[in-house]
Amino acid sequence: MALDQSFVGRTYPPTEPYEVGREKIREFAAAIGDTNPAYTDTEAAKALGHPEVIAPPTFVFAITFRAAGQVIEDPQLGLDYNRVVHGDQRFAYTRPVRSGDRLTVTSTIEAVRSMAGNDILDIRGEVHDEAGEHVVTAFTKLVARAAEGA
Amino acid sequence: MTAKISYDDVEVGTELPAQSFPVSRATLVRYAGASGDFNPIHWNEKFAKEVGLPDVIAHGMFTMAEAIRVVTDWTGDPGAVAEYGVRFTKPVIVPDDETGALIEVSAKVAAKLDDEARTVRVDLTATSAGQKVLGMSRAVVRLA
Repeated sequence: MALDQSFVGRTYPPTEPYEVGREKIREFAAAIGDTNPAYTDTEAAKALGHPEVIAPPTFVFAITFRAAGQVIEDPQLGLDYNRVVHGDQRFAYTRPVRSGDRLTVTSTIEAVRSMAGNDILDIRGEVHDEAGEHVVTAFTKLVARAAEGA
Repeated sequence: MTAKISYDDVEVGTELPAQSFPVSRATLVRYAGASGDFNPIHWNEKFAKEVGLPDVIAHGMFTMAEAIRVVTDWTGDPGAVAEYGVRFTKPVIVPDDETGALIEVSAKVAAKLDDEARTVRVDLTATSAGQKVLGMSRAVVRLA
């Protein structure tokens, strides 16, 4: 079933703040095998001009994707999550995410399309810090494959 | 931000040092925990096959995280990445054996974007088992 075009432009309420922890950044960096000292060593991060240890570029996806759950699970939209695959992902940064950040995400449906029975959903997640300053925007394209026999 | 590569020292076609990233089942379990993505297609072979996959596959976001290391290792400062985007074209298939899979990443400077902001576009190529696993993979990077 094609998704309702009238959802384009819909913005969901900002999420509760997610507090970025130094040890969570360390755990994530270790999981991707990245030993860049900017992720674990405050002095190394400061030498690069950052006030605190920073997170790897894709770290923020865990936060924005959780926020996108508001969209994905919106019963009015009616997306079948069992058929969803991740199509594209893009980030546009104002600054890197860093330890101590309290980040909120505001998700907006940018586009809804149907192609060859697949539903394609573009979600934009704007990430702001506690001062209301922009940190990063995540653009996520999800594809719900056509149901069998549809 | 203090990238260790100078804008003046690169030109269109400059290649970044290529890297290969091994992925085992243990890598995926660890990434699942760190990222919070516990989809069983990334650790449960029986489940993966039931939904039509040839075997367990790596998280797309894991591949995306590895590929940008070619850029962040080059610049030194991960904060130099101003934009980064990919398309997930093919899955990285991770067999349950000693070697697992290998993600091979190369990258080159595709354009010098802005002499004032000292930004370049880097195009990345990521393959596994001879298949291109990321498409439209590019980053905008602020150099020194």
